[in-house]
Amino acid sequence: MKKMCDIAVTVNGTIYEATVEPRLLLADFLRHTLGLTGTHVGCEHGVCGACTVLVDGDSARSCLMLAVQVNGRSVETVESLGSIGQMNALQESFHAHHALQCGFCTPGMLMTATDLLRKYPLATDDDIRKGLSGNLCRCTGYEHIVKAIRAVVKAGEKQ
Amino acid sequence: MKPPVFDYMVATDCDTAVAALARAGGEAKILAGGQSLMPMLNFRLLRPSILVDINRIPGFIQETPDSVRIGALTRHFQLETSPVIARHFPVLSCAVAHVGHLAIRNRGTIGGSLSHADPAAELPMMAVLLDATLRIVSSTGSRTVAARDFFLDTMTVALDGTELLTEVVLPKLLAQTGWGFEEVVRRHGDFALAAAAATLTLSGSKIVQARIALTGVGPSPLRATEAESLLVGRGLDENLGRRAIEAVREAISPETDLHASAELRRHLAGVLTGRALVAAWRRGRGG
Repeated sequence: MKKMCDIAVTVNGTIYEATVEPRLLLADFLRHTLGLTGTHVGCEHGVCGACTVLVDGDSARSCLMLAVQVNGRSVETVESLGSIGQMNALQESFHAHHALQCGFCTPGMLMTATDLLRKYPLATDDDIRKGLSGNLCRCTGYEHIVKAIRAVVKAGEKQ
Repeated sequence: MKPPVFDYMVATDCDTAVAALARAGGEAKILAGGQSLMPMLNFRLLRPSILVDINRIPGFIQETPDSVRIGALTRHFQLETSPVIARHFPVLSCAVAHVGHLAIRNRGTIGGSLSHADPAAELPMMAVLLDATLRIVSSTGSRTVAARDFFLDTMTVALDGTELLTEVVLPKLLAQTGWGFEEVVRRHGDFALAAAAATLTLSGSKIVQARIALTGVGPSPLRATEAESLLVGRGLDENLGRRAIEAVREAISPETDLHASAELRRHLAGVLTGRALVAAWRRGRGG
């Protein structure tokens, strides 16, 4: 048994303290220790993007980070975006454009899109597709996801 | 798909990190961006006794009169968006935008990418293209090594288990230097099936310095020195471009794998070199 580590992490604005094994993945910490099952685990080796969260505001794959690494840091998961009764603009747009079928990739898509919208102008659909290239979806063919994000970009331009 | 057990420590400076590496006697692994190390741990391809997390050592991009110094912990996204890099090494700004996806570029570091040395990665190729000098420290001292002497084989570099790459120094390009970067991937953000990059320094309509680097076509990134010497003293035209492409194809020995045949990679290396040279020539001419 290796030495356990004490961590204090802000997740979606709430500070959590926990004692964890060094090898505990951030994804498993969020899901199993905190019960935040919105973050989905697909490939567990940084290929599918389903487990994408924001760490100090930047998107990161939570299967490629350890829980101990976020000690003192701030993590945002899909639960921070909104609720079923009160979705944020991006979630509304996914809903309006049928940008999901089974929904497994959706939390990762939403968190990736959140970071993309902050960092890039996303002037063309090609830019959006390149931005989403690290997130796999096996249902939609991506078309409606691109449309949903395009609509949010357009709404932002009008403001 | 869960990592094996290991101990973990945070090093907030390089001295602490290399002291830990020395204590572990080669059994430790440095955790930087973790975008290659973590998958290898999840697959249990590695079983380090301890992970030394250096993420709290800040990256930096610092301009000096004749070079730009880049701290090992500088994230790909920092390079991608740095005005200093865009001004002095636009070829690097372009190449780093092709590294992985945003979530990877947010975390991945230049020191990690160079130390990991994937045979199809973009940043090792940039280090070789731009004649980078790498600063390496251990608990017993420090040394520098040229990027061209650093990449020894597939995922094998001139670092022993107790050394840490701390800084990448890029000498500034000469005036009237054009550049080109070309890559073929199945999907944006994947490792290159093949990629080529070039810089051409011109004096009037003659090339006075030529650099061509390739990745994805062998165990390590390489410079096409024979093709480079063909170009020096001449102006780029179709015939010269063709000869340079032939020289590149002769200089490489790509492998066949799941993603592409050796034959396709050799073909691509030539085509991409040709395109990179044309782009470098056009930019060097001010076009």
